[in-house]
Amino acid sequence: MKELKIETRNLSFYYGNKLALNSVSFNMYANHVTALIGPSGCGKSTFLRTLNRMNDLIPGTRVDGEILIDGLNIYDKDIDVVNLRKKIGMVFQRSNPFAKSIYDNITYGPKINGIHKKEVLDEIVESSLKKAAIWEEVKDRLDHSALGLSGGQQQRLCIARALSVNPEILLMDEPASALDPISTGKIEELIFELKKTFTIIIVTHNMQQAARVSDYTAFFYMGEMVEYGKTKKIFTTPDKKQTEEYITGRFG
Amino acid sequence: MLVSLLLVAALPFLLFTGLYLKSFLLIHDYHLSDLLFSKEWKPASGKFGFYPFIIGSIWVTLLAMVISAPICMLTAIYVTQYTKKTMLRILHPAIDILAGIPSVVYGLWGILVIVPFISKYLGPLFGVKTMGYSILAAALVLSIMIIPFILNIIIEIFKSIPIELKEASLSLGATQWETIKHVLFKKALPGIIAAHGFGLARAFGETMAVMMVVGNVVKLPHGVFDPGYTLPALIANNYGEMMSIPRYDAALMFAALILLVVSFFFNLIMHFFIARYNKY
Repeated sequence: MKELKIETRNLSFYYGNKLALNSVSFNMYANHVTALIGPSGCGKSTFLRTLNRMNDLIPGTRVDGEILIDGLNIYDKDIDVVNLRKKIGMVFQRSNPFAKSIYDNITYGPKINGIHKKEVLDEIVESSLKKAAIWEEVKDRLDHSALGLSGGQQQRLCIARALSVNPEILLMDEPASALDPISTGKIEELIFELKKTFTIIIVTHNMQQAARVSDYTAFFYMGEMVEYGKTKKIFTTPDKKQTEEYITGRFG
Repeated sequence: MLVSLLLVAALPFLLFTGLYLKSFLLIHDYHLSDLLFSKEWKPASGKFGFYPFIIGSIWVTLLAMVISAPICMLTAIYVTQYTKKTMLRILHPAIDILAGIPSVVYGLWGILVIVPFISKYLGPLFGVKTMGYSILAAALVLSIMIIPFILNIIIEIFKSIPIELKEASLSLGATQWETIKHVLFKKALPGIIAAHGFGLARAFGETMAVMMVVGNVVKLPHGVFDPGYTLPALIANNYGEMMSIPRYDAALMFAALILLVVSFFFNLIMHFFIARYNKY
């Protein structure tokens, strides 16, 4: 049975007066991967960033409509954004490890959340790095700077860092766009593994990638969610002409 | 072009050599440690102890840093992390104006405002009788002079930190302040140190404004309300009047040499920190 995890209802988003998302409504399910595709500027990243309220940081923006996570509207007045973000991990387009050691990158989140026992932290470091499939590569140099890792390793470290606080949802904003094919393959395998535990929403420019890793796909165009459905269906027999044109590479 | 490049590159070396040769008379006749650590400054009887000037310079500079550093840090963090961009747009011209004011104007302002303020209010408040011309007055004027320089650099450093670092921290459930304290500050630290180093070097060499309010008394200061004397002020006050006294000329050159060497070392240290900032 699939369990409803995130539900958006008439979600609109404005940068100043510019409408960036126009009344988007659809559901995302637990332990499934939902891919957000569409041409640049279509609103898919904006949508992703509304899910953990990261857009709050941008001055002059406004949200209309609702996002329900486990039935709770995260834009409600009495929602604690800091707590909300603990439930939602995020992986960014450019890998962005902190200027700290590999170990300290992973323990940063847990420490912020009040975990200070060495044994517990050690365990979190090991399990997070294992989940992100990078443990074997770094276990002997945990005290080295994270900035000495290769691009692909850095990105997996960032995934491990996101997992360190035990989130329920993982948001990925083009996590493999700056990586070589081998590293990309590793990240995709990883996504496959991670969806057993997490709800994953991934923004991608790469349609083969969306087809490979996701269960559901939402196609965005000019701020609208044009079509949403099972990935297989979207990529073989889409209902809308626009979707078909984008997928077959006629625009975008 | 190559000639002009070589000329510029050789200038520091030429300056150093010139000053060294000019002060050679003094360095040759006295022990370096006597010059640097003797308290007696009686040029007419051949006693050249630079200790009071060195200490005066250090007091004034460090106190100015102590005053300006927190102001710069808090302002930079506030305008880059907490307020709207319009605040920065208001602040920038203010900073530029402050940076462009000639130092003699700062000195005048110090005499008219800071000195009386210290002698009438601040001194009595701490139970000290002071004329106002003091280490503190110089440090206050100096701190206002160096704030625009330090602040500008720190603001640029905070602005240059990739937004992704901040977002990564926030996405892990850190608060804004935790993010600033643990991630942004750590990332910016080498740059912040370098910024303060530049401010320090500037403060150490500042002549006119300090000379106008520091009191110019050759005495070891015992507190911030005491008057003092700094190395640049020593040179500026006496150059041109010392021809009749033997070695006085060389002594002032030696003071300049100390300034040059100190600023050289500061630059070296700053470059080390900047290299570190760029690396991480």
